[in-house]
Amino acid sequence: MRTIIAGAALTALAVLSTLTTACSANTAGTAAPAAPGGAAPGKDSPAVGFVFVGPKDDYGYNQAAYQGSQEVAKVFPQLKVITAENVPEDDNAARVMNSMIAKGARIIFATSYGHLDAALKVAAEHPDVVVVQQGNLITGTTPPNAGTFFGTVYEPVYLAGIAAGKATKTGKLGYVYAFPISQTIDNIDAFELGARSVNPTVKTYAVSTSSWCDPAKQAEAAANLLKQGVDVITQHQDCTATVIKATEAAGAMTVGYHADASGIAPKGWLTGSQWNWGPLYSDIVRTALAGTFTGSKYNANFRVGYKTGDNPFVQSPYGPGVDEETKKLVDAAKERLRNSSPFAGPVRDQEGKVRVPEGTVPDYETIEKIDYFVEGVVGSLPKS
Amino acid sequence: MLVVDVLAGGVRGGTAIMFAALGETLAERAGVVNLGTEGCMLVGALGGYAVAAETGSPWLGLLAGALAGALLGLVHAAAVLWRGADQFATGLTLMFLGLGLTSLFGAAYVGSPAPGFDPVPVPVLGDLPIVGEILFRHDPVTYLSFAVAPLLWFLLGRTRTGLLVRTAGERADVLHAHGHSPALVRAAAVVAGAGLAGLGGAQLSTAYAHAWFEGMTAGRGFIAVALVIFAAWRPLWVMAGSYLFGAALAVAPALQARGQALNQFALDALPFVITLVILAILGRRTLRAAPEELRRVFAR
Repeated sequence: MRTIIAGAALTALAVLSTLTTACSANTAGTAAPAAPGGAAPGKDSPAVGFVFVGPKDDYGYNQAAYQGSQEVAKVFPQLKVITAENVPEDDNAARVMNSMIAKGARIIFATSYGHLDAALKVAAEHPDVVVVQQGNLITGTTPPNAGTFFGTVYEPVYLAGIAAGKATKTGKLGYVYAFPISQTIDNIDAFELGARSVNPTVKTYAVSTSSWCDPAKQAEAAANLLKQGVDVITQHQDCTATVIKATEAAGAMTVGYHADASGIAPKGWLTGSQWNWGPLYSDIVRTALAGTFTGSKYNANFRVGYKTGDNPFVQSPYGPGVDEETKKLVDAAKERLRNSSPFAGPVRDQEGKVRVPEGTVPDYETIEKIDYFVEGVVGSLPKS
Repeated sequence: MLVVDVLAGGVRGGTAIMFAALGETLAERAGVVNLGTEGCMLVGALGGYAVAAETGSPWLGLLAGALAGALLGLVHAAAVLWRGADQFATGLTLMFLGLGLTSLFGAAYVGSPAPGFDPVPVPVLGDLPIVGEILFRHDPVTYLSFAVAPLLWFLLGRTRTGLLVRTAGERADVLHAHGHSPALVRAAAVVAGAGLAGLGGAQLSTAYAHAWFEGMTAGRGFIAVALVIFAAWRPLWVMAGSYLFGAALAVAPALQARGQALNQFALDALPFVITLVILAILGRRTLRAAPEELRRVFAR
């Protein structure tokens, strides 16, 4: 789920990405040693491999995953940590994973949504290797040596919505998003629900850019939101600087995404959501090394939120403009989420129809399938 | 007001395209097509952003962006004019070269901060209703860009240098007979035009988007080439066409920010549909306005 580039450019990029991943793929094709006597997958692995779809310094999704891998290296000094950047979401990913296995890795993290097919292929070929994938869902039966994992990204977004709802003076919040997919819709809805919980008349204006990173479109989206009187802007984009700088330059407030960007919005930064993969990665590695991966919670579509443990998506530090009252409201909401959900009923859609009845707390899977904007979101989803 | 917002957005977003399209106008009036404009914009965007980041001066960045574009233009001029390579093939290769080079060397600047140009409303003029909003609440580079099209019009139509350029594009043998080298005049026009495209790229990264990202021009260089044709190689029409295209790009976010129920995917296609429709309406009439030497290139 990354950059979409003009068709004409694909060839050039494919060549380029093959070049950049070539160094780690030079041993591709060699078969890995078979598991001696059917040992538990990943048990006592001397190395762990991480596959990233983008550069390790994108100030976003991939950088966060890379930092997680470096924390694994710190927690398990005896492990060799092998990383590969710019791995495309196709068969190249399987090739790169195979080369990691040839170098001894029997635990593999495939960190992009589109790496799932390659990950499952590698898992099937190497029953002695644990392959976990970040963010996608395995449909059907889960192989004994595979799994997916992710946080509930919309929970910290809900908390950030509370800060935005308290901070806005115009009652208008802006959301710059890429594509109308469930993860994005969840975030926009949760942001508005958080804001509404403290400011019942607040509205969230949603503008799409049809790209994970098109800075020019982001600039125009931000300019138009600001023109409409929006005074807090947040986003769901892979690259975030353009919107934040435009917001700061206009004297409006920012809620971040992916990373702490308070450095480029010293005045308007409220809070945001950012990744902290280290603890979860380390726990998965620990489970695999102990030989207890099969049948564990990670041998499934594992999702973690405030209800079940440590969400890898955490709140960013507060900016100077957030008062104590707001911080208390956010803390209280965070406590509440431990046995509830941002989508706890009643939740109405834009037409006012009740979609989650009062007293119902939808589970993670239901929330990942939400395909409507909630009441208070201004904007429409394209009908397909 | 929707119309005012869309037109203001047209100036904001059309400026980078205008720089590139005016550069292409200059090259084509001298008889050379540069399909690599997209690549020139990309190296300009990265060059501008990187130098602004390293030196702390967006003005130096702008200069670097123009130089980077011109340098890539020099490659085109050398291949086409010195080695006699095919203009279209060379231009397309140039685009891929620009894309590849900037992906490779740009990775370090993705997400890294750099100083840029913020909007500065012009005193008095910026307070005018409607006109002020559309024209006089932009960044300094956009204000500078207002002068480029009239200057190019003056250069081409009213100066001796312009006469040389036009003669190179219309009757190269006449130029030759008068003791000038058509290749030299064309090379100068191509390099200067590519420099303008680089300037457009730098405006995109340092004044409009305040960021660098690989492939961030997203086809603007190709639109610039198409614009030159439908503006019949006239600088002032190119200016108008650039703003029209910018406005088409601005329709989607302006409507969405108002909560209008529309299909975003249809809106995203709007600018390209408009370009196609105009080109189709003009049809053969455009070719009649083409410089003679260029017609030879097209009609092979």
